[in-house]
Amino acid sequence: MADIAATGGHAAAHELGHPSHVQHHFDTSAQQFEASKLGMWLFLGTEVLFFSGLFCAYTVYRFNHPEIFAYAHKSLSVFWGALNTIILIASSFTMALGVWCAQKSNRPGLVICLILTLAGAAGFMVIKAIEYNEKFQHGKLWGRLYQPAQHDDHAADDHAADAGAADAHAAASGAAHGSDARPTDPAHGAAAPAAGHGPSAAFQPERTSLAEPNQLPRGGVKLSTLTAGGHDKGHGGPKPADVHNEHIFYGIYFCLTGLHGLHVLAGMVVLSCVLVGAVQGRYHAGYYTPVDLGGLYWHLVDLIWIFLFPLLYLIH
Amino acid sequence: MSSYDAAAARGPDSAAAADNYLTHGRGLLSWALTLDHKRIGVMYMTGIIIFFLIGGLFALLVRTSLLIPQKNVPGGTPFIFSHDNYNLFFTLHGAIMVFIVIIPGIPAAMGNFVLPLMLGAKDVAFPRLNLTSWYLWLSGAALALLSIIMGGFDTGWTFYVPYSTDTTFAGVIPVLSGVFLLGFSSIFTGLNFIVTIHKLRPPEMGWFRMPLMLWATYATAVIQVLATPVLGITLLLLIVERAAGIGVFNPALGGDPVLYQHFFWFYSHPAVYIMILPAMGVMSELLSVFSRKHIFGYSFIAFSSVAIAIFGFLVWGHHMFVSGQSNLISTVFSFLTFSVAVPSAIKMFNWLATLYGGSISFRAPMIYALSFMWIFGIGGLTGLFLGTLAVDVHLHDTYFVVAHFHFVMAGTIFVFFGAVHYWWPKITGRMYNETLGNWGALLSVIGFNITFLAQFPLGTHGMPRRYYNYEEHYWIYHVVSTCGAYLAGIGFVLTVICLVQSLFRGRKAPANPWGGNTMEWYCPSPPPHHNFDHPPPVTDPYDFSGWKYDEKAGGYVRRSPAEIPAPASKGH
Repeated sequence: MADIAATGGHAAAHELGHPSHVQHHFDTSAQQFEASKLGMWLFLGTEVLFFSGLFCAYTVYRFNHPEIFAYAHKSLSVFWGALNTIILIASSFTMALGVWCAQKSNRPGLVICLILTLAGAAGFMVIKAIEYNEKFQHGKLWGRLYQPAQHDDHAADDHAADAGAADAHAAASGAAHGSDARPTDPAHGAAAPAAGHGPSAAFQPERTSLAEPNQLPRGGVKLSTLTAGGHDKGHGGPKPADVHNEHIFYGIYFCLTGLHGLHVLAGMVVLSCVLVGAVQGRYHAGYYTPVDLGGLYWHLVDLIWIFLFPLLYLIH
Repeated sequence: MSSYDAAAARGPDSAAAADNYLTHGRGLLSWALTLDHKRIGVMYMTGIIIFFLIGGLFALLVRTSLLIPQKNVPGGTPFIFSHDNYNLFFTLHGAIMVFIVIIPGIPAAMGNFVLPLMLGAKDVAFPRLNLTSWYLWLSGAALALLSIIMGGFDTGWTFYVPYSTDTTFAGVIPVLSGVFLLGFSSIFTGLNFIVTIHKLRPPEMGWFRMPLMLWATYATAVIQVLATPVLGITLLLLIVERAAGIGVFNPALGGDPVLYQHFFWFYSHPAVYIMILPAMGVMSELLSVFSRKHIFGYSFIAFSSVAIAIFGFLVWGHHMFVSGQSNLISTVFSFLTFSVAVPSAIKMFNWLATLYGGSISFRAPMIYALSFMWIFGIGGLTGLFLGTLAVDVHLHDTYFVVAHFHFVMAGTIFVFFGAVHYWWPKITGRMYNETLGNWGALLSVIGFNITFLAQFPLGTHGMPRRYYNYEEHYWIYHVVSTCGAYLAGIGFVLTVICLVQSLFRGRKAPANPWGGNTMEWYCPSPPPHHNFDHPPPVTDPYDFSGWKYDEKAGGYVRRSPAEIPAPASKGH
């Protein structure tokens, strides 16, 4: 602010009218608060639009291939997902409570609320890590890396299964078809990757041909017929026999939850900064903009998960 | 008011101007860490002009290699460049011009400098975010350029799948990351401008007393904020698709490449209006000031900006008429495409009416503005050809399309240079050489027209875009086009020489060299660090009766209140 002191009258006005937290180009604290809040809402709008691309991709693929989603979502654990939903909603509550504390100049309350919110965020990420780990162990990954441990994913294929793969099938089928899909069974966890590597090489070309039912050349002119092809074959109910390309579900699953996870991490960074400010006692009833804006961001992160949970975990 | 007039009349020699934003703080760091919107605007302007020259160089390389048809290409000796290099050149030309130059051109460079001044404000709402935008732009631009040495890329600026996932050139991911960063630079600039216009507007300045430049910037900012995030997620998905193979876009993994096209054009068509709308805002300023006449149809021009912003979101499918859309969808998109012509035409006719009966002075900014009317007229009308379904099937991916979108987008480039000349005295405190400026403008406009008028018949005769080789009967058009490109190149270089020369040789600029009445002309040239000693009066931005030309000052000065004619003479 020393730079403005060059012009006398201006500097005087600055010192008289401006509290320390008001930047020089704003006239009043209220104007700065309103500007910050409008800016934050706009930013949240861009965040929603950022996710909307993925939601749109989800809609397109689910509309064209409902059987993939109906089948593949069963490998997600509703228990962990629901627990994470509860954790995030609770953390949103503690965040709102924190903003209320800041408005009341209640510094210890704000610090406690922020710590609780951060703990919720960390808990969410730990559970997410447990879920991801389970997916990695079973090879239930996106497109190119999709190497499911169970052979029954391709039961309908005329695929010569060797004895080892058949054993893996028998061992893993319980986990795959059980609707609650327990995440960490040590026996499966150990067997799955070993069995998964064998048939995977043979899967690759086969999947490719299934992706292109009309045997079109890659990158052929009428690419849009690829998606239409799925309909022409007239898939019936969500029977595993008719399910192809279920790795698309995992691709979308990892993109959506991964991007959301990054936002949770970003939210943790933001809230940690707010926490430092709160410990230093920077916020009070007259100035709590960072708490308010951090809270808005955290609510958005929470809100996106509330959409993700039913869309990915609760498909019927 | 009277103290105000005195300050304006004193001009650059006043005590206030002794310390201006350029001399306020010295050294590289004072620029690198500045939060001053004017310095950030100047850095954007410099960077964008440099990248414009780089992008133009690639265009000349493309035109040069098309000078002679490559006979029997496989195994034959290429003329100067290999086809891989040719692909790299046209891709870089497109990517640089679209993402690095034209999209940020007027909003980030001119808007940053002018927008707070036009509002009588001290800065944009979020100065730190503004600096972040600049560094995002800089790193995005650097990454795009570095991708050349990181393996290059030859996908075309549209990065269509599956080509962009399959191509063996390794520079695809760096350039995609670069464009991703540029997108966020654009989002933050737009967000900043929306909040600035809402919250830092003086209370006396209602929406309909804003300069039309601000309406256009506002409409642009809305598109930037609403459309660019979709580009962000699209590029992110494409990066992940190429790096990890998620199978969302890549048909080899069961993905849908047409989905990519939808996502891409959902941003990239509105992006055309991100490019053109600010130019239209500058046009309204230039035409009014240089014909010494109140803008005609203020509210129509203002609302047509908003209408274009809205319609712009509903027409992306016209890029995909032959990509396998359903006929119904294509018909709807075709109809909506025509509807965009209405607000664009409203602007054109209002500008014509502004010129009618005005006393027009052909200064360099005005030459650019008038050529925009010609160039955008052709670009807009040929857009109607392409919006027609049956015609588009014939013209799709031919040079007709190339000529069409160059007539639209390069219109923005010309207005950008018009804006640079118009605000140059305010930015630098120096007048450019009018003769040199006029020659630069005329040569580049004429060269541009030769280049791309030749490409319309080339396209209707069937020459596809992006091809390295061609049949010999297309030869004459290519020769004309290449000659025109060189002429335009000379014109642009002359323009840049004119601007640089003025920094050393130009006479000192008065506060108001053109007699404009928007607020930036009320502060000295160059403006002091804090912009205004006293907030300027909020008046009708297109009422020029308060200014008279003063020989001694070399520019316009405020009339004393007694001299000002009765305001009732204006019909607005």
